Amino acid sequence: MKKVAVVGVGETKFSGPQEKTEVELFAEAAMEAITESNLKPKDIKALFIGNVLGDFAEGQGMVQSFAAENIGCLYVPANRYEGACASASMAIRDAFIWVASGYYDIVLAGGVERAATMGTGLATRTFAMFSDARYEYPAGITFPAVFAMLTHLYADTYKIPLQKLREQMARVSIQSYKHGSANPRAQFFGKNADMTVEKVLGSFMVSTPLTLHDCCPFSDGAATVVLASEEVAKKLTGKPVYITGTGQSSCGPLGNQSDYLPRIRAREISSQRAYEEAGLKPQDIDLCELHDCFSIASLIATESLGFFDYGTAGEAWEKGEADIGGKIAVNPSGGLKAKGHPIGATGAGQVYEVVKQLRGEVEPERQVEGARLGMTDTLGGDGGTLVNMIFERGW
Amino acid sequence: MEQKLIFKDYNEALKQNKLLGLKCRDCGAITVPPKMVCRQCASPDMEVVELKGSGKIRTFTTVFVASEGREDEIPYTIVMVELDDGPWIMGNLEGIDPKEASMELVGKKVKMGNKVFPGDKYSAGEGARPLFSLV
Repeated sequence: MKKVAVVGVGETKFSGPQEKTEVELFAEAAMEAITESNLKPKDIKALFIGNVLGDFAEGQGMVQSFAAENIGCLYVPANRYEGACASASMAIRDAFIWVASGYYDIVLAGGVERAATMGTGLATRTFAMFSDARYEYPAGITFPAVFAMLTHLYADTYKIPLQKLREQMARVSIQSYKHGSANPRAQFFGKNADMTVEKVLGSFMVSTPLTLHDCCPFSDGAATVVLASEEVAKKLTGKPVYITGTGQSSCGPLGNQSDYLPRIRAREISSQRAYEEAGLKPQDIDLCELHDCFSIASLIATESLGFFDYGTAGEAWEKGEADIGGKIAVNPSGGLKAKGHPIGATGAGQVYEVVKQLRGEVEPERQVEGARLGMTDTLGGDGGTLVNMIFERGW
Repeated sequence: MEQKLIFKDYNEALKQNKLLGLKCRDCGAITVPPKMVCRQCASPDMEVVELKGSGKIRTFTTVFVASEGREDEIPYTIVMVELDDGPWIMGNLEGIDPKEASMELVGKKVKMGNKVFPGDKYSAGEGARPLFSLV
């Protein structure tokens, strides 16, 4: 296997409904990444693009071919990945494997989505397609409902009074809003920095016990990365960020995960594989962009990733151990909660943030000082797809 | 190799309040909803059995934001029930005020009926789900 580096990243602002098409959004992020890499579109050997619901949002299928042609990547292979909210991470991980194999030397990977454009009703319906259509959807499952049930199960499993757990979860949202408010590309840039526990608990109830401020927004946006082999990377940039370990895992309907819930077993398998490949342990990681689609999801994720013991992540947030300057800096971008969640692009947005952090290029108030090792964690469906990747500063 | 119990037959039985599952001839585990292989040991050597449909609530939520086309149903309570036969299945809970659903539901024993989701333009037809009530 060849060593593989991220040589350039690009991202649109993540936002609510907007007028640019998916092809236009992807092009904006892609040209930023290609330009930053000191490359031209003709240098790209293949495109791997995450896109989940373009068929529903715009009536556009096969967006990857139109996106490739739009930016002048002519006649190259272009593949679309659909793994619900983990789609872009799947695309980047596969791009990594192709470059590591030596088959391609330069690949553009990323994703695009217009989830906000769909509106709450259609977005809620289509997101529920990532639960089991036959055995779960008839009961009226929605994505908030999945994590709402995990919240009650978490409280019961670890014997934490629900009110106390909800207050701990509010701390997750407050921390994310704080960092997102300082991130110009975040959907909630300049907003909600004054969030309080009382405001989170008192906001609109979505699915008990999750309120609006426990839930990430629907978002439009795109993000991309350019991956290159080590020898190519060294010619392109003085600041290569190497991908040193990855893992991916899958599993079935929520009920079939009952031996482990509220733990997400697919995440444990995926992250252990990534740690082994990188030769690292959880305590080595400086920052992690993880899949906080709901506040409870952050607690569950940090425990399965090995940052905190099972049932203790809420306390960690209360003590600031999951913040910049704590044991592990979680979601300095603002995460899905405050940066936004354009589902087909989310994983690429996480990689964008990790790369910028390792280069020391983010706003000072949310920069993790001296960060050398970063990790991403992306979840699709109710645990159906999990992708983890570990990144290392290459200079 | 054909799956021993497919959705169509599972669904028709559920509409008669019969919960069908698969019993593994190799390890004895019960699999429901139906799959090609045993959920515990991955053996395809399973037989169709009728389950009791009784169990206890492990977790729940009351939904206030609906999917497109299901706005008339809110608020409704979803439960995950651990069947006496082992597996967990998802259904709805009736006979309570959904707005009053609380942690006191966890561990409560339930029995099973059914309710049919008539389907929408995406669902390739109808689908019954377990409709539980407290015993």
